[in-house]
Amino acid sequence: MSVLVVTEQQDGQWHRMSFEAVAAGQEAAKYLECPLRVAVVGSKVSELAAEVAAMRVSEIVLLDDPGLEEYTADGFSQALVQAIDQLQPTLVLFPHTYQVRDLAPKLAASLGKPFVSDAIDMRVENSRLVFVRQLFQGKLNGDVTVEGEAPHFASVQSGAYRADAVEQGDSTAAIRSLDLNIDTAGIRATPQRPFREARDAVDLGAADIIVSVGRGIQDPDNIPQAEALARALGGELAASRPICDNGWLPLDRQIGSSGQTVSPSLYLALGISGAIQHVVGMKGAKTIVAVNKDPGAPIFEIADYGIVADLFEIVPALVKLLEARE
Amino acid sequence: MNILVCVKQVVARDSVLRLDPDGTWILDEGLAFEMNEPDTYALEEALRLKEKHGGEVIAITAGPERSASTIREALAKGADRGIHIEDERFVEADAFETADALAAAIRKEPHDLILTGLQSDDSGFGQTGVVLAELLGLPHATIIVEIDASGNDLRCKRELEAGWYQNITLPKPALLTIQSGINKVRYATLMGIKRARRKPFTRYTPDELDIAVTAQQCLQRLYQPQQTQQTEFLQGTSREIAEQLVAKLRFEARVL
Repeated sequence: MSVLVVTEQQDGQWHRMSFEAVAAGQEAAKYLECPLRVAVVGSKVSELAAEVAAMRVSEIVLLDDPGLEEYTADGFSQALVQAIDQLQPTLVLFPHTYQVRDLAPKLAASLGKPFVSDAIDMRVENSRLVFVRQLFQGKLNGDVTVEGEAPHFASVQSGAYRADAVEQGDSTAAIRSLDLNIDTAGIRATPQRPFREARDAVDLGAADIIVSVGRGIQDPDNIPQAEALARALGGELAASRPICDNGWLPLDRQIGSSGQTVSPSLYLALGISGAIQHVVGMKGAKTIVAVNKDPGAPIFEIADYGIVADLFEIVPALVKLLEARE
Repeated sequence: MNILVCVKQVVARDSVLRLDPDGTWILDEGLAFEMNEPDTYALEEALRLKEKHGGEVIAITAGPERSASTIREALAKGADRGIHIEDERFVEADAFETADALAAAIRKEPHDLILTGLQSDDSGFGQTGVVLAELLGLPHATIIVEIDASGNDLRCKRELEAGWYQNITLPKPALLTIQSGINKVRYATLMGIKRARRKPFTRYTPDELDIAVTAQQCLQRLYQPQQTQQTEFLQGTSREIAEQLVAKLRFEARVL
């Protein structure tokens, strides 16, 4: 029995969620009372392996092959199938990154196994692991167990485990290179180098106060109302994904997993339901205020101050009050 | 180019959810259902590719009886044929079980491209498309924001995290999961709704497709999330709420 955490890196840079997965792996290994292995996958990644070797893990395994230099679902899947065959883990844990969403379902399905995606917590009941997942856009949580023989596969949601909670080891963990045989002819996709689209000047990460709008704003003509509130507070205007998808605000004002991650002093969420893709981008805010008509909106689970009301009544009242105080 | 689009019917976005008595799923009574929003972008993309390159768009779902209306909606928007694998079990099925059923029906249809949405608004597995590709032995790419199908191969643009993108080329046939918001979704016209009634609509039972897979991910219990934050709810008239909030932000939270 063992737990295998699969970390993620790109060009020798760690994905920030890799260590969150290691923290989750340490917890799972404690629950299951078994060794923890951490896999580092890529080409020429031995230096990175040395960095994780200081953590409290039983062993670091290197999946190092020229065929793994650029991520492909076929190449990485081959490598991990071979690693799983050699290591026989009970549980394979991933951070829930975009790459994992591309890879892990394929890997698990190729072995006929289920993949518990985007878990926010886990615990042990009757000596089996129970995973907690969010359903219905975060409105409900579900306890999930997995049937069938090991290995089982799961990923942990961004922020569900803290990277700074990773325990350091008493001694340096051993590093083992696995023998891999990557058949590059079996890699069907041809990826190009990742690129960044021209970025605008708006760095929401630097804003101390953010007023953010969601579907509840209803119409692009209503955006100026939120803008007026942002101005009255001396903050920046931002939005959840659907607003930017509709073109009501530019993409560089988007907060969430596919946009910017922010941690301002004050985050005022107007008509934002609080779907997890949005929440991962702003839950680090010091004070969160949510205005939403739906008392069941998940945004209220993380809000310090909640207002169940029509934002079109609250926002003008706030603007009037703030402007009067100037 | 023959395109299959996988769609799912889910509970309407703003529904108030109530748990069933044994706390394993929600109560259906009084709820409205609609096409899973991420799937509407996949359908739209399929229709646009067909308009550009010709061929046929087939909308397919695995779901209970009520999900036939979602296939009819796809037909009204312009899909040429519909396939419904009908069974109550698909309401709570895991991604593998759903993908296995879809794969069984899709093997009977010649196809160049399969499109799915990113994830469902109910179970939110975010993996049925990728599992389906694996079961069909097809290459896949996820979170796609652009498709160029004019050449022999598919040239796609993938969204990565934090503003990064990647171009990727795949041989056909392939499966792509579509990022929400990549197009502007059309509405069904009255003419479309009329025409939809005469379009071919195939129904299968799981038995007819020889589907044997059962869910390996078991939802033991569904419940309201516990408050991680003690939320203070402000009440009163709009003006009173505004005054309370400003005072609290100034003197309690000290952020103004």
